[in-house]
Amino acid sequence: MCGIIGLMAKKEELRQSLGELVLPMFDCMAERGPDSAGLAVFAAAVEPPLRRFSLFSERHGYDWSGLAGSLETDLDCRADVVTRDNHAEVIAPLEVDRLRQWLKQRGNGVRVLSVGNSIEVFKDVGRPDEVARRYEFSALRGTHCVGHTRMATESQVSPAHAHPFTAGEDFCLVHNGSLSNPYSLRRLLEEENLEFETDNDSEAACRFLQWRMRKGDTIEQALGSAFEKIDGFYTFLIGTANQMVLVRDPFACKPAVVAETDQYVAISSEFRSLAHLPGVSEANIFEPLPEQIYVWRVAA
Amino acid sequence: MKTVRLDLSTTSVREVNDYLHHQLVTEGVRVVEILHPNGMHNIAVGLDCPIEAHVRGNAGYFIGGMNKQAHITVYGNVGWSVAENIMSGSVRVKGNASECTAASGHGGLVVIEGDSSSRCGISMKGCDIVVGGSVGHMSGFMAQAGNLVVCGDAGAHLGDSLYEAVIYVRGKIHSLGADAREEPMMEADYVKIGELLKRAGFELPPKEFKRVASARTLYHWNAEAHQEY
Repeated sequence: MCGIIGLMAKKEELRQSLGELVLPMFDCMAERGPDSAGLAVFAAAVEPPLRRFSLFSERHGYDWSGLAGSLETDLDCRADVVTRDNHAEVIAPLEVDRLRQWLKQRGNGVRVLSVGNSIEVFKDVGRPDEVARRYEFSALRGTHCVGHTRMATESQVSPAHAHPFTAGEDFCLVHNGSLSNPYSLRRLLEEENLEFETDNDSEAACRFLQWRMRKGDTIEQALGSAFEKIDGFYTFLIGTANQMVLVRDPFACKPAVVAETDQYVAISSEFRSLAHLPGVSEANIFEPLPEQIYVWRVAA
Repeated sequence: MKTVRLDLSTTSVREVNDYLHHQLVTEGVRVVEILHPNGMHNIAVGLDCPIEAHVRGNAGYFIGGMNKQAHITVYGNVGWSVAENIMSGSVRVKGNASECTAASGHGGLVVIEGDSSSRCGISMKGCDIVVGGSVGHMSGFMAQAGNLVVCGDAGAHLGDSLYEAVIYVRGKIHSLGADAREEPMMEADYVKIGELLKRAGFELPPKEFKRVASARTLYHWNAEAHQEY
């Protein structure tokens, strides 16, 4: 199964309570994906050269302030750190490769979950409602968020295999479904010197799309080429710094429901996780058509 | 007539269904009001008694599944597989339905007043379905018996691999599936549509409908077709 959710707030006051609104959506989708969960939230962009780095350590009680201290000393920059359980967000004026290189040497197994000016990613194993509370999703603020509850079918249950997957900067994908040709996608991308963190099929889709966009495609063009190259069942929900994008496979095998009002766009695998939203009874509710690309942009 | 109210905000679906299956008949209840469904799954499945059930709100997957005798009305939208495997009685949805409406339904009447999404009437085996709006892609896929009446448009691949079910469409047909073909309307078709529309409560002229049925070229294996149908 798996559950996907997405919420884009169109008005400033909803952006301040994005986490509170999304939490019941998340809890409700726990039944569709009880083994792990994740959420990407897009908040106010930090000014370059600053970047947001979401980091994860499998060790509980990891010494994040120690890590930040060594990072500041070794790389000679200021690093602001906010920690939540196994997760830390570091905001620092660093090149991505430089931080990754440093983490390899000094990070004691700390992994990078996401990089960008706006994106922050949380993901871990456990019941989605517990994960949501452990990482204080209800306190999150931002313009939009993309989340997932996982019922693993094709690769192991681990924090790294949880969704969202990220590639490049300010780009993430969640997936409900299963792909039948992830290995041919991987071979294609490995020839382009792309590296993978897991053997998960959704990671292959995420990297494929972001690779197409790095080559100059718009998201619509990248998805057009995904229709040709990616075989299998999917509802993909993609988050970028200023967009939320939804697409279903040519048979629309996996569910999705959209509810849109002048206040928000909410997406879920099932209506029941939208039922609590304010004004949902007056919302424009529809099911996305197969192979149609739906794009919502953040209003200024 | 004795009416009972069941509130899903305070009672679980399992308890509600248990009541509908066992206690209801012994208490002589004829009308049931089900409140706060909030998109929950499996509401009022497996009913087997001649009652009216009114579901006040949006329901999730499988509502009214396997229904016998009961007349269920949903005052909202429904999720996948409403009235799946319906045997008799009726299920009416005032709003829209998601995928696989009345999948595999054997008998009875299913009315969707709004739109019904993809695979409406998939593998239906004798029930009647009337959709006030449009149906999505691959509707009527492998439908074996019964009638699917669509007052709006039909999506891609309508009636793919049809058996003996008949599909009537008033609006545009995006495309026909393999082995489905449009056929001339006969007097019996107009009579049948007229009856179904009346039972469903839609006032539309039967003359505006087209008939889609099986060309029966897939009934027997043809080794010379090279899998090209």
